[in-house]
Amino acid sequence: MIYENKPNLTNMTQQRESLLSIKNLRVWFELRRWGFGLAGHVRAVDNVSFELGRGEAIAVVGESGCGKSSLMKTLLGLYKPTSGDITFEGKNLKDFDSEGMRSYHARVGYVQQDPFGALAPFLSVERILEEPLIIGGVKSKEERLQRIKKVMQEVKLMPFEDFLGKFPHMLSGGQQQRVVIARAMIMEPRFLVADEPVSMLDASVRVEILKLLRGLQTTHNLSVIYITHDLSTVSYFSERIFVMYAGQIIEKAKVRDLLDDAKHPYTVALLNGTSEPDANNAKTFKEVPPGEPPSLVKPPAGCRFHPRCAHMIAGTCDIKEPEEYEPTPGHFVHCWLYDKKQ
Amino acid sequence: MRLANSLRELLRYPSAVAGMIIILVLAAISIYAPIAIPYDKAIELWRGSEQTWYRNPKYASPEWINYFRSEKLAKSIALSTAEGTATKEIVTDDKGSSTITMTFPFEYTANVFPQEMILYFKADYKEKKPYVSATWLTPDGREIRLGDFSVDKSQSLWFSQDPKIKLRLGGLDAQEGLFVDNPRAETRNLLNGQYMVKVVAITFEPDTDLDVEFVLHGQVAGWAGTDHLRRDLGIALLWGTPVALAFGLVASLLTTFAHMAIAAAGVWFGGWLDELIQRITEIFLVLPFLPILIMIGTFYSRSIIVIFGAVILLSLFGGSIKSLRATFLQIKEAPYIEAARAYGAGNGRIIFLYIIPRLIPLLVPALVAAIPGYVFLEASLAVLGLGDPVLPTWGKVINDASANGALYKGLYYWVLQPSIFLMIAGLAFAMLGFSLDRIFNPRLRGI
Repeated sequence: MIYENKPNLTNMTQQRESLLSIKNLRVWFELRRWGFGLAGHVRAVDNVSFELGRGEAIAVVGESGCGKSSLMKTLLGLYKPTSGDITFEGKNLKDFDSEGMRSYHARVGYVQQDPFGALAPFLSVERILEEPLIIGGVKSKEERLQRIKKVMQEVKLMPFEDFLGKFPHMLSGGQQQRVVIARAMIMEPRFLVADEPVSMLDASVRVEILKLLRGLQTTHNLSVIYITHDLSTVSYFSERIFVMYAGQIIEKAKVRDLLDDAKHPYTVALLNGTSEPDANNAKTFKEVPPGEPPSLVKPPAGCRFHPRCAHMIAGTCDIKEPEEYEPTPGHFVHCWLYDKKQ
Repeated sequence: MRLANSLRELLRYPSAVAGMIIILVLAAISIYAPIAIPYDKAIELWRGSEQTWYRNPKYASPEWINYFRSEKLAKSIALSTAEGTATKEIVTDDKGSSTITMTFPFEYTANVFPQEMILYFKADYKEKKPYVSATWLTPDGREIRLGDFSVDKSQSLWFSQDPKIKLRLGGLDAQEGLFVDNPRAETRNLLNGQYMVKVVAITFEPDTDLDVEFVLHGQVAGWAGTDHLRRDLGIALLWGTPVALAFGLVASLLTTFAHMAIAAAGVWFGGWLDELIQRITEIFLVLPFLPILIMIGTFYSRSIIVIFGAVILLSLFGGSIKSLRATFLQIKEAPYIEAARAYGAGNGRIIFLYIIPRLIPLLVPALVAAIPGYVFLEASLAVLGLGDPVLPTWGKVINDASANGALYKGLYYWVLQPSIFLMIAGLAFAMLGFSLDRIFNPRLRGI
C-alpha cells in the first residue's frame, strides 16, 4: 500500500456508541417514459444495512456506478430513501421536520471530490465559510468571524487574513480542498462524508489532505464515511471497509482483514486489480472478472455478481440472493460460498 | 467593487462610451421634456386645432435646414400687439374717438418668398366698428396700401387671397409682389431688409380697443418643422424620448427578470412545473405577437398602458426561457449547489444567491440589447396605427407622415427625424450591449 504509515486502529473497532444506523435502505429512482409512465426503477441502493459508531471511520469502495454516491447523498439528506430507515443519534430521519433537517445538515459535513467545482466561483472564501453559519442561525457577525478564524486555523489556511478575501480561482487545488474541508467542519459536525476527497488532487498534496482529515477525525472524535475507488488510500485512516457492488454492500470487514483475506470473489478481483507502485506491475497482466457491472434497472436474479463469478454455484447463486455470513468474527460477506450448510 | 471594475473596463471600449453618451443625452432629453412641456400641456398642444397652431405654416421644414442651403428659406414670424411683440400707440381726442397706430417691423433675410401673410384683428367695441387702414412699408421706402375697412370682433386679412392687393401689385400674388423692388417690371428682385406693416385704426367709442397680430408663414418653422395640422414636431420628438425609453427599459427589465425567475423556478423545482413551463413557452413562441396586439388595439384599447401590459404578457414566456433553462440546468448540477444543499441552504437561497449570480454576466448584456427591440416595437405599433391616441411619440409622427404622403410630397424631414431618433436610440443600446457582452463573456474579449 502507498500510505503505510497508518495509525494504530486495532483497538478502536471495539463496541462503541452508535451514531448512525442504517437498516434495509433502498434508494430507487423512477425511470420515466415520454415524461410520464413508469419505465422501471434504477436500484441505486438496494437493501443496505450498517452501523456507524461515534468516531469511527469507514471506507466504502466499489467501481463507478455501484451506488456509493447515491448512498452517500442519501445519508446527506439530498435524496429521500425509497424505503428503509436511517437513524441518527437514536432519531429516525423520516421524523425530522424542516427545522430538524436543518440541524441534521449542520451535523453532517460534506467534502467533495472536485474542490474547484465545490466552491461557488463568485464568492470569497469568507462568504463561502460564512454561508453555513448564516443558515445555521449564527446571528452575530463577530461570532461568525471567530468561528471562521478557528476553522481556518484547523485546516491550516494560515495566515487566515490572507485567504478571507480571496476567490476560489486564486487558490491552489490543495488550498481549495482545505476551504472545502473548512466549510464541512465549520458547523462542528458529528460525521463527515468524504467523497473521493483526494482523487482530483496532485499526488504531492494528497497525503497532506489525508493527514488533515485524519487529524480532524481524532481531535473531534468524528465519524467519517470515506468513499473511494482507490484501495491504496483506504488503509490510511479507515477502520472498516465496505465493498459495494450493484447497489448492495457485499462485504464488510476491518481494513486489515479485508486486504489480507478477502472473502467475496468480487473483492478478490478488485484487490487484484489494484496496482501497487512496483515497476514489475507494468509487465504483468492482472486477471479481471469478465463482463461488465450489471444494469441497475434489471439486476440479475440471485447474487448480482454471479454472471461474472468464477466460483458460481449453478442452481444457487443464480436463483437465491445470498444472506449475510460471518466466516470470521467481524468479517461479513454476502456470498453462498460461505454458507455453512452448503 | 465588481461593478466599479466592470464600469472601468467598459470605458476601454469606444463604442460603449459612445453608446453611454448617447443614452445619457437621451436620458437628459427625457428629463427635460416633462419639465419644459408638462404632460397635460404636451397632450393639449398635440391635440390642439387650428386655433392653437395658426401661427405655424403647414408642412414647414425645420429651421436648421437653412444651414445646408445657399437659398435661404423664410422663417415664420408672428408679431402681436396683445403680446407686446409689436408697438401700439393710442391717441385719444376729447370726443371719445381715438387713433391707434400699430407697427409690425420685421427683418426679411430669406432668398425666397414666404407662403402667406395674415393680419388677425380682435376688436372690442359696443356698436361702432373701428375703421382700420393697413399699409406695407418696404426697405426702399415704398408704401403699399393693403386695405381700408371696418373690422368685426374677430376678423382676418389673408394677403394672398385679397384681390385688391393683387390688383395694386399689377397682378402679382401678394407674397411675391410685396417683397420685390418693382412689381410691375419685367425682371424683379427680392428685397431683403427691414419691412414693416403699419395699421392705423380709428375708433368711435371711448372704450373701444383693438389688438392686431401679424403672421408670416415661411417655409421653415421651429427646430423640427411642422406637420399637416401645423403642429410643431418638436413636441413629439421631445416627448417621444421619455415614452420610448421608459417603454423599452421597463419592458426589457420586466421580461428579462421574469424569464430568469420562470426558468430558474422550472429548473430548480423540476417535475411537472418544468414541463408546464416548457409547454407554455412553446405555445407562446408560436403565438402571433403582432396580430394579437392589433386585435387588442382595434377592439379594446390603444392606451399605451394597455398595449404595454399586453406586450409584457405576451413576452412573459419568451424564447430566452429556453436558453436560460439550458444554462440553469448546467449550474444546477454544479458541485457547489450540491454542497449548499448538504449544508441546508433553502430553495430561495440557492436560486437567488447561488444560481442567479452565475447568470448576471449573461443577463446584463441581454437586458441592454433587448431595449431597442421594445423601443422599435412601440414605434412599429404606432406606425401601424396602434399608437396611444393622446401621447405624442416618434412612431405616431411616422404614422402621420405616411398617412399624409410625406415622402411622396418630398417632406423628408417628417419621416427622417423620428426615424433618426429611433435609430440612434437603438444604436446606443446595441453598442453598449455588445460591449457589455464582451466584458462579461470572456470568450469574446479581445486580447
